[in-house]
Amino acid sequence: MGSISLKNVKKEFSGHAVIPNLDLEIGDGEFVVFVGPSGCGKSTLLRLIAGLEDVSGGTISIDGVDVTGEAPAKRGLSMVFQSYALYPHMSVRGNIAFPLKMAGMDKETIKRKVEDAAQVLNLTDYLDRKPRQLSGGQRQRVAIGRAIVREPKAFLFDEPLSNLDAALRVNMRLEISELHQQLRTTMIYVTHDQVEAMTMADRIVVLNGGRIEQVGSPLELYRNPANLFVAGFIGSPRMNLIDGAPAKEHGAATVGIRPEHINLSPDSGEWKGTVGIAEHLGSDTFIYIRAEGIGQLTARANGEIGLKHGDTIYLTPDAGKLHRFSEEGAAL
Amino acid sequence: MSPAVILLLVWMLVPLGMTLYFSFLRYNLLMPGMEEWTGFFNYRYFLTDPAFGEALTNTLLLVGGVLLISVGGGLFLALLLDQPFFGQSIVRLLVVAPFFVMPTVSALVWKNMLMHPVNGLFAWIARTFGLQPIDWLASAPLLSIIFIVAWGWLPFATLILLTALQSLDEEQREAAEMDGAGVFSRLIYIVIPHLARAITVVILIETIFLLSVFAEILVTTSGGPGNASTNITYLIYTQALLQFDVGGASAGGIIAVILANIVAIFLIRMIGKNLEA
Ligand SMILES: Nc1ncnc2c1ncn2[C@@H]1O[C@H](COP(=O)(O)OP(=O)(O)O)[C@@H](O)[C@H]1O
Ligand SMILES: [Mg+2]
Repeated sequence: MGSISLKNVKKEFSGHAVIPNLDLEIGDGEFVVFVGPSGCGKSTLLRLIAGLEDVSGGTISIDGVDVTGEAPAKRGLSMVFQSYALYPHMSVRGNIAFPLKMAGMDKETIKRKVEDAAQVLNLTDYLDRKPRQLSGGQRQRVAIGRAIVREPKAFLFDEPLSNLDAALRVNMRLEISELHQQLRTTMIYVTHDQVEAMTMADRIVVLNGGRIEQVGSPLELYRNPANLFVAGFIGSPRMNLIDGAPAKEHGAATVGIRPEHINLSPDSGEWKGTVGIAEHLGSDTFIYIRAEGIGQLTARANGEIGLKHGDTIYLTPDAGKLHRFSEEGAAL
Repeated sequence: MSPAVILLLVWMLVPLGMTLYFSFLRYNLLMPGMEEWTGFFNYRYFLTDPAFGEALTNTLLLVGGVLLISVGGGLFLALLLDQPFFGQSIVRLLVVAPFFVMPTVSALVWKNMLMHPVNGLFAWIARTFGLQPIDWLASAPLLSIIFIVAWGWLPFATLILLTALQSLDEEQREAAEMDGAGVFSRLIYIVIPHLARAITVVILIETIFLLSVFAEILVTTSGGPGNASTNITYLIYTQALLQFDVGGASAGGIIAVILANIVAIFLIRMIGKNLEA
C-alpha cells in the first residue's frame, strides 16, 4: 500500500513562500513524476513528503494516516538522492544492509535480503567493493538497492539520473521503469527533464513557482495542455507559440502549434516564410523557419525532405491540433 | 642537491650529531676541560635512574590523557558548534581563543587563578558548597597538568573536527535519517567514520607536541612533588641545567628521540591507514 495525499500544503523559507498552497492525491502503485524548471520547488515538495522538511501548513497523509508530524523514518518511505548519498566507508553490502540493520533485523534475514536485492540490480559481483570503486551507474543501483530492501510504501527519487551521461541515463530510465513494473510500488520521481517525465510517468505533475500547473497522463498533457506554461514545457522540440495578429485570426491571444503539426508546402499555405536552418536527424528533419509577421517557427518534417537555406516555404497548421490560449494564458 | 636541502640537512644534522657526540662524553659544566670518552655510561646512567621510569610513565600518561580529553572534548564541542544557534560566530571565536594563549601564560593563570588552594576559583567553588578545597597541583600534579595542557589543545582539535564535520554531505545525513538511524546511530555509523581521517591528523600532530611538553610543568610544579609530574623532557632539563650534566642530558635527548620514533611507528601502524586515499 502507498497512497499519498497532500492537503493545503504550504512551505516557507524565512518568510518566502516556496510552496504557497498545494493539493495532490497520489494513488497506490502509481508512477508520478514532478516536473518543472529548476528552482520551482520540486525537491522541496519531495522533501516535505519524505519528512526531511517540516510543512509550514497543511497535512500529509500516507494510506489515510496523517503523518505530518512524523519523523522521516516512521513514514515508511525510501528516498534515492541526486548525489546517491552512499556511505563512503561502507561496502556495497554495508550500504544496502544499513536500513535493515537500523531496523534491528537479524543477520540471516539481512544477508538474504541484501543478496536478493543485489541479484535484482546486478550488483552481486560488487557487494564487497566500496562506493568509490564503482561507476556512476553502479552507484545509482546501490542507492536504489538501499531503497528497495526496506520494502517501503513508496519510493522518492530526486533527479536520480542527472549525474549520469546521456547513454547511461536512457538505460537507467528503463531499469527504473522496469523496477516499477516488477514491484508495483508507488514511485514519486522528480526531474526537470520533460523527456524523462514523458517516458516514465503514469501521471505527470507540472510545477511552476511552487504551484501545480496541470496534472495528467503524458498524452493528456501533450494533447491538451491547460495553459501556456505546460504547452511550452511539455514536448520536444517546443511548441511554437504565436501571438499578435495571426493569433487574433483564430480568436485567441496566443495560439500554439507543435512542430509535428505543421504542414509544409512549396507554393501555398496560411503563413509564408524562409527556411533558416534544417537539422537532418535521419528519421526526422527539424526546420527552423523565419515566418513573415510571426517570427521564428520550428517545423518537423520527414527525414528525406529536400529543403535548403533560403528556400521560400508555406506553412499551414493542422487545424485540429491548434491550441488557443486566452490573455491570461489559459487554454480556450 | 639543491642548497635548500643542504641547508635543511645541516640545520637538522649538526645539532643531532653534536647531541649524539656529547652523549658519549663525560661532560659536566662544573668540571670544564675534563671531558672524556665514556662510551655508553651516560645511557646506562640515564636509563637506570629511578626517575627515568617514572618520567616515561608520566610522559605516556600525559600524552594519552591530553589526547583523550582534547579529542573527546573536541568532538563534543565540534558537534555542538555545528548545530545552528544564536550567536554562533561569537561562540566559535571564544572556543578558539585558548589556542592563542601562550602555554606559560595559561599555566600561570591556571595555577594562580583557578587551581590555587586559597585564591583559586575551584577552591572558592568548593568552599561555596562547604567542601574542603583541593590543592590541585600538590595532590594531583600530573592530572592538573593534563588538564592545563588539554585546555590549550582543545581548540585545535575542535577546529579541525568542526571543519571536517562541515564537509559531511548533508544528503548522507538525511539518507541515514530516512534509513531509520537515530541521532546516536548516525554519530557512530556516519559521523565518526567520516571524521576518522581528521581525528587521525589531530592525534598525530598533538602527539608530536605533547611528547615535549615543558613550559606548563616548569611554571606550575617544577616536576614535583618528587618526580610526580616530571616527564622525559623535563627530566632532561633537570639533568642539563640543574645538574649541569651535558653528557647525561644528551643521552636523555637521544633516548627521547628514539622513544618519539617508537611512538610514531606505533601510531602509524595503528591509525595510519585512515590517512590513505
Ligand atoms: N533550505 C532552504 N532555505 C531557503 N530556501 C530554500 C531552501 N531549500 C530550497 N529553497 C528555495 O526554494 C526554492 C525551490 O527549491 P527546490 O525545491 O530545491 O527547487 P527544484 O528542486 O525544483 O530545483 C528555491 O528558490 C530555493 O532557493
Ligand atoms: Mg532539486
